[in-house]
Amino acid sequence: MASRKYLYISILLLAIFMFLGYFLILEQKPGARFPFRFGLDLVGGTELIYRADTSRVPNVSGAMQSLKEVIERRVNIFGVSEPLVQTERAGLVSGNTDERLIVELPGVSDIELAKKIIGETPILEFRLEKPNTEEFISTIASGTPVTLDDVFYSAELTGRYLSRAMVEFDQNTGAVLVGLEFTSEGSDLFAKITRENIGKPLAVILDGAVLSAPIIQSEISGGKAQITGNFTPEEAKILVRNLNYGALPVPIILATSQTIGSSLGDEALHSGLLAGEIGLLVLAIFLILWYRLPGLIASLALVSYIILSLTIFKLIPVTLTAAGLAGFILSIGMAVDANVLIFERTKEELKKGKSISDALHEGFARAWLSIRDSNIASIITAVVLFWLGTSAVKGFALTLGLGVLVSMFTAITVSRAFLFSIAPKKETIVKRFLFSNGFHKN
Amino acid sequence: MVFTKTDMFVVSYRKVWFILSAILIALSVYAIFVYGFNLSIDFKGGTLTEVKYGERPTQTEVESKVSTLNLGGFSVRPSGDFNYIIRTRELSRGEGLSLIEILNSPVVERQNTIGPTAGSELKSKAIKAITVVVLMIVLFVTFAFRKVSNPVSSWKYGLATIVALAHDVIIPTGIFVFLGHFMGVEIDLLFITGLLAILGYSVHDTIVVFDRVRENLRINQEENKSEEFDITVGKSVKQTFGRSINTSLTIFITLLALYLFGSTATKDFALLLIIGIIIGTYSSIFVASPLLVTFYKLQK
Repeated sequence: MASRKYLYISILLLAIFMFLGYFLILEQKPGARFPFRFGLDLVGGTELIYRADTSRVPNVSGAMQSLKEVIERRVNIFGVSEPLVQTERAGLVSGNTDERLIVELPGVSDIELAKKIIGETPILEFRLEKPNTEEFISTIASGTPVTLDDVFYSAELTGRYLSRAMVEFDQNTGAVLVGLEFTSEGSDLFAKITRENIGKPLAVILDGAVLSAPIIQSEISGGKAQITGNFTPEEAKILVRNLNYGALPVPIILATSQTIGSSLGDEALHSGLLAGEIGLLVLAIFLILWYRLPGLIASLALVSYIILSLTIFKLIPVTLTAAGLAGFILSIGMAVDANVLIFERTKEELKKGKSISDALHEGFARAWLSIRDSNIASIITAVVLFWLGTSAVKGFALTLGLGVLVSMFTAITVSRAFLFSIAPKKETIVKRFLFSNGFHKN
Repeated sequence: MVFTKTDMFVVSYRKVWFILSAILIALSVYAIFVYGFNLSIDFKGGTLTEVKYGERPTQTEVESKVSTLNLGGFSVRPSGDFNYIIRTRELSRGEGLSLIEILNSPVVERQNTIGPTAGSELKSKAIKAITVVVLMIVLFVTFAFRKVSNPVSSWKYGLATIVALAHDVIIPTGIFVFLGHFMGVEIDLLFITGLLAILGYSVHDTIVVFDRVRENLRINQEENKSEEFDITVGKSVKQTFGRSINTSLTIFITLLALYLFGSTATKDFALLLIIGIIIGTYSSIFVASPLLVTFYKLQK
């Protein structure tokens, strides 16, 4: 029996959705593996978007990756819970004209602290003396300012190649030293520079200021070096910190910043949820009053739709923002559209005098084309919006797009299985009334 | 199904709907040109500071305090019962701090700074996004209706969709420019998002009606029935009328809940979508479908 088959499917679907609903509640307890991820506008916090200047870097994606790692380390040192550091590529896909670094710090509503965490952007570089520097110095009058570029040329070795710096002590004299450790790429470069420039000074420059300019004594391989100088332990410590900070591979400039207090976030979250609950309730009442028994089914399908969407939001995970909640609430309304289309078609078939069961099957078959084509238009919009995306728009696009896909799925599985399984074989006036809708008489 | 003369009112009185829409569009375009867009810092760059007071001072008090900082043009707008939103040019860290200080250090709800280049970049990105959505949708509609070319060729369905779409974007924009001028509502990134959502909905709605026209044309062909094109369109509109109204009503219900109970951050957004849904539903019934008939009459 066809309708028995749909009955089994319905029971199976009910079980699945009850399980998912249970999963949703269970996973909302503290310490859950799949909590909802909320955007900063709902929990409060700070978002900083930096523009990275990659004009002088040969390997852009590598540099951006290491930039991300450096910033992540810094953020972690300060103990921000669940920070999010991500890079956004330039190009057609993202629509950006430059490389970006996005830092989200939930719970940090002090923007100055946040900027401090990221740090200003000291740039460490090594430079070699130009061959004719002494002549150059003798030709200019004393007191004339000399720029770095007049005296030094870049040794191509920058903070990008530094893996870390630390305070060390000379074992013989007890003098304070600053130890440097290069990455393997940096080690090779450093060996090459020292090999080719023995006897010349190598300037260590931080943010355009010469920190020290030790004379190269011999080729240094192995990727380790020490800066000697008359450091006090305190100075050395600051220098080491600066060097570790200065190991930023590319300079970054703050483009936009956004801070949201936690009370505002709370308000947005709670009112967003309230709006969703009230909307759903009124919608269900409307559906049941107008479409009667199928309306009840549509309400059930809607609940399944919400459970499925929320599960997907948890698992991906989708970051829920105020705009994202709005997109989801809008998609609830659109999810009903598929059901409305089916019911209206069924009504027409009923009017033609078909049996309830035939009318339902016919209604589904005929409504499908318009459901498909009209939803494709919505999906196109969602994809383009996602591409446009700052985080607010992305949240909206993602929840809307996923919502449309999930609603198509629940319409052809849940609504269909439930309706077909309750379609009566013997018709009575009462049953006919239950399956009709609106003000029309049959 | 019995199909009476009164069922044809959508198609028969099409000139009335066209004139009504033309007036609304003209008013909107007029508003856009006269008042201009009230752009938010998303597009202009600048700093937005929202502060919360236990006991809120008057707006003039806040304004006179801010003006002592000589930050150039600024605006102060109350928000909710305790908050003020202050918009200024892009502030440095020091300026941002002294702004809070001079206001007697209220609670800072949010402080957003957007550099001028980031703003103008976003503007061009928004324009690009809208263009891409429109192009993609027209291509899709032309593709979806490719098998229907008699008596009106498929690209004309696309054209009618664009006209309805432009209609649905221009009128809400006009209304918001109007609201912007008199109530300080701003054109921000969420506005563009909302506009694009309306755009998607408008097409979604139009396609449902056109799909019915497509189906009826096919049925007529299969049954070898000759029917005037305007009758077919009128019949299709009538058949989808209930669905159009009910679907908009369901979306309207959820949006109204969002507007009434939702966060203040999404209030304007919900209002924009409500206006868009109403206009979008109207246009797919009263503009897009009658336009098909007009296109048909024009080619005769």
